Amino acid sequence: MAKKEVDDRFKRFGTVSFTAVTRTNDFVGYLEEGKIMGTGCKACGATYFPPRSDCFRCLESNMEWFEVSGTGSLLSFTELEYAPAGFQDDLPYTIALLDYGGYKVFGRISKDIPYEELHVGMELKAEVRTLPNGQLNYVFKRP
Amino acid sequence: MKEVGIIGVGQSNFVRGYPGSIRELAFEAFKEAVEDAQIPIKKIDASIIASAPEYDKQRSPAGVIAEYLGLTPQPTFYIESICSSGSMALRVAYSMIKSGLHDVIAVIGFQKMSEISSSESQERMGRGADIQWESPFGTTMPAYYAMYARAHMARYGTTEEDLAKIRLKAAMYGQMNKKALYRKPVTLEMFSDPESTLSAPVAKPLRVGDCCANADGSSCIIVANGENAKAMCEKPVWIMALGAASETVNMAGRDLLTSLRVSVNAGTQAYQMAGVTPRDINVAEVHDCFTIAELMAYEDLGFAKPGEGRDLSASKETYREGRIPVNVDGGLLSKGHPIGATGGSQIRTIALQLRNEAGEMQVKDPEIGLVHNIGGVGLYGNVTILRR
Repeated sequence: MAKKEVDDRFKRFGTVSFTAVTRTNDFVGYLEEGKIMGTGCKACGATYFPPRSDCFRCLESNMEWFEVSGTGSLLSFTELEYAPAGFQDDLPYTIALLDYGGYKVFGRISKDIPYEELHVGMELKAEVRTLPNGQLNYVFKRP
Repeated sequence: MKEVGIIGVGQSNFVRGYPGSIRELAFEAFKEAVEDAQIPIKKIDASIIASAPEYDKQRSPAGVIAEYLGLTPQPTFYIESICSSGSMALRVAYSMIKSGLHDVIAVIGFQKMSEISSSESQERMGRGADIQWESPFGTTMPAYYAMYARAHMARYGTTEEDLAKIRLKAAMYGQMNKKALYRKPVTLEMFSDPESTLSAPVAKPLRVGDCCANADGSSCIIVANGENAKAMCEKPVWIMALGAASETVNMAGRDLLTSLRVSVNAGTQAYQMAGVTPRDINVAEVHDCFTIAELMAYEDLGFAKPGEGRDLSASKETYREGRIPVNVDGGLLSKGHPIGATGGSQIRTIALQLRNEAGEMQVKDPEIGLVHNIGGVGLYGNVTILRR
């Protein structure tokens, strides 16, 4: 009998992923297609980013995916000079939080924006990127 | 209402590379607390052990520590809420005494962080954040607090110099605290001197000087019901109120990056339970894991209005002689931050202050003190109010 296949696509998320199996594995499937997706509850209409499989508002698990589109306002950012184990080769890098209005998105700032040009309130958009080691993440770029 | 009193406090030196095991480390604080309380160990009818387990090889440290301290066969168990584990354990001890289930409880916090490298430690600390959605981007504790600092600067005009001044105060009192890890003087110039390690950026705008250091250490708080506390202890310190709150683990769920909602919520609860206002607090310990954390605590706890933390700091009203002395034991910035031991160390400082036994660091005749202890990046928050 064939061994049951485990859907561990989430291993590909970020420089180092700490999660392999989750019911939001399709998030990584969408990243492969160049799309950053959140989830919305079909029962009560609540939207979630990062995506969730289950709605804590109505306790339903009937979700549909929506695409993160347009731009978000830069809420804050920091450039790291020390990295955790596994991330040293990325240094220096900048992490940030964008406000899309209905939800917020945490990620990295694209290296093509100099740190000095970053300021709170600027508009940026999220874009999927394939990393040199084959992993997937997304970065914030100028629109 | 039955009262709950603190009858004994103890703390090990906070050091780099403690030359012993975790049970031996716990012994140092326990011995000091028992000698302070002057009670037979037999009187302690339960123990609660607080730490963050990812630093330990020992699975379930409570049993090992209780055995080493002679606290078997009484019940013992483990409490964890990262850096606020100590305050959370005190909260549990309070409710166990209040319910009448136990009479005297030892709350023992410890951490031996030095067995793993600094980058491994950063990674473990970063995993106190959302490991599914944020850690894959390479997050660290300093980076998260740096994002709060950047947002605070953008909204209120807080400067890097404002942050450095928090460290200057910590260093001044750290020199008076024999148990502190960092006891050297710090000047403003060191923050701009490339020769000084304190000026090196960690996560912009935070520099080494804005960050507390990992340390090994232990703390112990012995609490008792009112009857026992009065019978056993000449100067019990009373627990007036305990507030506690939680917040979303991921940054994407946060409303504000200029304030920790757990501080506001736990503080409001504690003030209400104690029937006091921020103006009634005579001495405070706040969770200054980073300079920005102390500045936000001033505002979140009502010592200053939102955005005016920098003015309170500049006025020096947070110094020993000021209106609201804060962290006059050196804080986490000078003492070091052995995760599970920190809450107990803060409680100990305020208990000693209220007993007028803080030596060189003593604030003039305080009646009411406050302890603010945060776990993670404002993930868990505990505020405890004590009176003499």
